[in-house]
Order: sequence, then structure tokens, then C-alpha cells
Amino acid sequence: MSEYKSGSTLEKVLKAGHFAFTGECGPPQGANVEHLREKAGHLKGFVDAVNVTDNQTAVVRMSSWAASVILLQEGLEPNFQMVCRDRNRLAIQSDILGVYVMGIRNMLCLSGDHQKFGNHPDAKNVFDIDSMQLIHTVKTMRDEGKFLNGQEVDVPPKLFIGAASNPFAEPFDFRVYRLAKKIAAGADFVQTQCIYNMDRFREFMKKAVDMGLHEKCYILAGVTPMKSVGMALYMSKQVPGMEVPDSLIKRLRGAGKGKVAEEGIRYALEQIEEFKEMEGVAGVHLMAIEWEHRVPEIAERAGVLPRPTF
Amino acid sequence: MIVAEPKPIKEILEMVSDFSKILVVGCKGCVTVCNVGGSKEVSILASTLKIARKKNGQGIEVGEYTLERQCDPEYVDEIRDIISDYEAVISIACGVGPQFLSEKYPGSRIFPGVNTKFMGGAEEHGIWSERCAGCGTCVVHYFGGLCPIARCSKSLLNGPCGGSSSGKCEISQEVDCIWDVIVRKMMEQGRLDELIEFKPPKSWVTARDGGPRRMIREDLVK
Repeated sequence: MSEYKSGSTLEKVLKAGHFAFTGECGPPQGANVEHLREKAGHLKGFVDAVNVTDNQTAVVRMSSWAASVILLQEGLEPNFQMVCRDRNRLAIQSDILGVYVMGIRNMLCLSGDHQKFGNHPDAKNVFDIDSMQLIHTVKTMRDEGKFLNGQEVDVPPKLFIGAASNPFAEPFDFRVYRLAKKIAAGADFVQTQCIYNMDRFREFMKKAVDMGLHEKCYILAGVTPMKSVGMALYMSKQVPGMEVPDSLIKRLRGAGKGKVAEEGIRYALEQIEEFKEMEGVAGVHLMAIEWEHRVPEIAERAGVLPRPTF
Repeated sequence: MIVAEPKPIKEILEMVSDFSKILVVGCKGCVTVCNVGGSKEVSILASTLKIARKKNGQGIEVGEYTLERQCDPEYVDEIRDIISDYEAVISIACGVGPQFLSEKYPGSRIFPGVNTKFMGGAEEHGIWSERCAGCGTCVVHYFGGLCPIARCSKSLLNGPCGGSSSGKCEISQEVDCIWDVIVRKMMEQGRLDELIEFKPPKSWVTARDGGPRRMIREDLVK
């Protein structure tokens, strides 16, 4: 028997004590598989796993499981995302089995953005179970070999279970307990929301470490480099649960024409340097949104290359 | 109560454009309380229909009747003698009303005059909000007496999600995040332990998901 829960590269990297570095890739709004292959290609060799988003912001895209399989074909390790918005427990469990047999080994469990934001606001949502229950479902199927109804799973899916955590959403005091709850439900690793307010994140991590959460679960800090002042303002004002300090917006503004993106990358690199030393942080999740081609450079400058191989 | 709102008059006029003898039927239950389907609103709708049709040069005869309740067959029976005098009926009760009328009077054309919104209450005069989703298995006591199924946009039992901001839900600044309220209340009451407890998937078999519902109270059935 393997000593691993899933045997995914991400699990091996984390278990070996390396500082993990994961990326993200959004499937196309169409069947443009070449574009997906091209975007994913930029990440190959520079990250341990690639999150494949599931109709993120409730906009219809190529299914996350299919895009994850494309990534596998390209030699990348996907971190398959699944939201509870669009599936009931039957679809959820059958997709868990489906992705496993296709070779997917990491799965991130999310509730999902409400459809009101997206491009099909008239849709009916599901939310049969929530993200906490989804985490628990995957764990029960994997470790106990049981479906939600208690029936036996004929060959359990061995997945490395991921969860999200937003240290910046309110009520702030409860966020670390919610993280603890996700870990108790079965999360093996956690990727946080994009971090910009470092003071608040330090406070959050201190609490997490005091509670010993970092010993039960690998916590990856979320980083998204700002490409422009407009993006920073949008993130600050329009994205729920996102906190962008005024000092960062000021710093980006002060960078001067044509240099804002570089300043955004510099800020991200400073963050990564601090995360490497921060107690309880096991890695970085780099969400370079529609900026996949800059990931190799960021990884190089962040000093996280070469990535370990097994 | 069941909270409803009037359908736009344009829509009602279109629905009954082929008819010249119409009965408007109100209800003295919930829709009277939420000022949408009582005797007062029956009169207002009848007058509005007459004025609108007169303006178009089309005559119309509108009868008015308000039942004690449209959700009880014995009250629905009250209009048996008059309903055949009309070509169409507009019910301004909740969605139950037009259906009880349709079932009782299969030969009549019944139209809904209101849109039924939700089970809720009045926050203040003129403002109503949802409280119950009718899931069939009440769990509010686990959540500080508040219902996340009806009041969280994602019906999360292990909330709050990452979209909660300044006490508001991610879907709109107009919508309170009920999980924000639940968490603050439970923490103030020193009940963090209960909040951290994992709530397993809910059985929706008692909700609408289990199929259309029917209830038999043996002690009341003759």
C-alpha cells in the first residue's frame, strides 16, 4: 500500500516538506482546446499542480473535469475544482468517481459563486450540499469507501482533498474556526483567497498556528499579481470578500506609466519571500489570471525553481 | 404569512383581453394582511380594469367577491351560484387560490392576479422579507433561531461562505448575510462549539424535492 492518500505530485511535494507552488488555469468559454493547451503549456514544469476552475464566477466554460483531463494529456497535474452550485449529491459523487478514473488526483471542494454574478443569472441553483459537506463526502468515499447513503463504493477514489479559505471575509473572528472545520471535515490542503492585506493574513496565520492547524493540513497562501491599477480597484470594490489595502493601490499608482505590472509582480514576489518564512505556510498558490505566460518568469524570480520531481 | 405582489396591470389586461364579464376574487387570509389581495384590492383592481377597458373603447363588466379564504373548499363553494355568470375569474389570492378555484370550477377560466413571492413577515409597514423555505424539517434552533436554508443565498448549513462582506451577502448589498448574523449571535452567546460542529448533508425528502407534498392528520380526518 502507498503511504500516500492519493499519490499526487502535490501531495508528494508537500509531504516531502518542499515549499509547494501551484498555478491556475481557467477553461475556455467554448471548445477552444488549442487555447487551453497553449495556456496550460506556459505552466508546465513551473508549478506542482494547476487548479482548473469550475464555471468560475458562474460563467459557463468547458467543464472543469474535461479541461483537467486535457491538462493531464499535456503532462500537467490538475487540481480539479468542483462547486456545489451546479450539481446535486448524485452528480457530485459520480463526477468524483469519473475524475479519479481519468487520472485526476487532486480535488478542490468549493460552494461556488452564486449564479447571480454570472452569464446565466436566470439559472436555478442546486446547493444540495455545501463545500464542508463536499469535503466530507470525498473523504468518506476515499477513506471509508462509502457513498453518502452508506453504500459501499466499488474501488474508492483516492483523491488529495483541497479546500479554500478566505481569511479576509467576515466575520473575521470566525474565519480561522471555519478553516479548522474544513480540516476536521477532511481537507488535506487549503488554498487561500488572494492575499493583499499582509497584516491581516499574519494575524490569521498566527491563530491557525496557535490552534495547530498547520500540522493537520497544508496551507497554501493565495497570490495574484496586480496587472494594473484598474484591476486593483476592481478587486477592491467589486470582488466580494477581497481586501486590497489603499497602500498597495497607492504603490501601484506611484509606479508610473508602463511600470504598474512590474510593480504588481514585485509586490507578489515580496509576499512569496515572506510566505517562505512564515510559520504554517506550506506553499503558494499563484493565481495569475489570464497571465499564464508570465508564470515562468514569476516562478524564476521567486526562486521556486526547479520544481521537485518524483 | 404568504407574501405576494400584484401582477403588472398590463399583464392582467392581456390575460383577460378576450373576456368582457370578469369576476375578481380576493381572499381575507395572508394576502389581505400583506395588502395585495383583500376586499380593498379587489375593488381597486375592478375599477382599474373598468377604466382601462373604457379607455380602449371596450366595455367590461366586473364582479367583486372576497372569500374568507381561497385555500379551504367550503369557502370556495360560496361563489358557486355566481361564477357561471362570468366568462373569466381573476384570483388575487396566493398561488393556492387560483388552483382551488380551478379544481372546484373546472368549466371556468381562472387567471392569477398576483405573483406569490415567499413565506415571510413584515419587517415594517410596506417591507416584507423571506423567513421560511418550507423544507419540512425545521432546524432553526441549530442556528441561533435563524434559517440558513431560506435566508442564505446558497442555503449553506456550514457557512458563512467567503463572499460575506460587511454583514451583506455577495449577491447584493440589499441582502443581509444571515450567516454573519448567526455567527455573531452564537459567538456572543458563547456557543462557538455548536457552530464548529459539522452539519451533515440534509435530507431534502421532506422538502419539495421529495415530490409534491400532502399531509394527513389522522386525528382530524373524519
